[in-house]
Amino acid sequence: MIVRILGEGQFDITDACFDSLNVLDDAVEKAVEENDVEAFRPALAALLAGVRAEGVPHAVDALDESDLILPPEDASIDEVRDMLSDDGLIPG
Amino acid sequence: MSLMKRMSLIFRSKANTALDRAEDPRETLDYSYQRQVELLSKVRRGVADVATSRKRVELQINQIQQQADKLQGQAQKAIQVGREDLAREALTRKSGLTSQISDLEAQHAQLQGEEEKLTMAQQRLQAKVESFRTRKETIKATYTAAEAQTRIGEAMSGISEEMGDVGMAVQRAEDKTAQMQARAGAIDELIASGALDDASSMNRGDDIARELDALSSNADVEAELAALKGGGSAPQAIESSPQGGDILQTEPTKQSEGGQA
Repeated sequence: MIVRILGEGQFDITDACFDSLNVLDDAVEKAVEENDVEAFRPALAALLAGVRAEGVPHAVDALDESDLILPPEDASIDEVRDMLSDDGLIPG
Repeated sequence: MSLMKRMSLIFRSKANTALDRAEDPRETLDYSYQRQVELLSKVRRGVADVATSRKRVELQINQIQQQADKLQGQAQKAIQVGREDLAREALTRKSGLTSQISDLEAQHAQLQGEEEKLTMAQQRLQAKVESFRTRKETIKATYTAAEAQTRIGEAMSGISEEMGDVGMAVQRAEDKTAQMQARAGAIDELIASGALDDASSMNRGDDIARELDALSSNADVEAELAALKGGGSAPQAIESSPQGGDILQTEPTKQSEGGQA
């Protein structure tokens, strides 16, 4: 499975690590939904650190689509919400 | 649905809208390649812009550091002549500059981080654009319009995602740099106006230096006065005078001195 961290590139992740990453991902999602700024930053950092630790950098010259995409480390909670909102990144 | 999943869906739908536009899918390849090359040069400009900002901050740090060093020297001098009040004033001004320096150093680190990130993004995009160009030529040479659709879709979606990512990275770097440039501009103005040169001294000029100069010329005058008064503390000028009137009888004195020695 390919995971992209925006601003950093793509990582190959085995299915085995996916479950543990999912737990971290849920924490980020919950923080965004509850607008919990305090919880958001460490949760995002932990998720990205997990991907970097478990993942292997995907070949740079490959033209493969990622299965999952994550916000950049320095993204604010508002930016992440904007990225997820309908009028954020989707044109039209 | 998870955050990761939602974000990837958003990127994918963006890639597909780009693909839907063209009539002959093979045309999309050239169109996309053109945009990739444009984005690459935009990223290169972005890297150069961030580097320029970084260098500007470096220059400012050096200028302010020089002022801080000067104030430190003044404080030392002031202590030597026993003016603790002046030394305190110099150190107070220096601490203002020191906090400005640490603020600028934080900015510098941030700009350096942005520069590194953008440089990496440029390298990643460059590698993908190269692959895309090869893939594009193969597809155009091998497949008819009808057959090409799927292959094109595959090539396009991967590169579109990268372009979305890099485009966003450039935008973020630009936003951050713009904020810092406004602040750097304000500091440049301060430096140009001489306010920092006078050690942020609220338009009083470099009064510490002036006062120290006055003090040291005062000290010189006192020393000369003491010498004139002929006090024991006045040294060299009167070195040859222990023998009193001998000063007037130059030659014999010298001879006798020679004899003594």
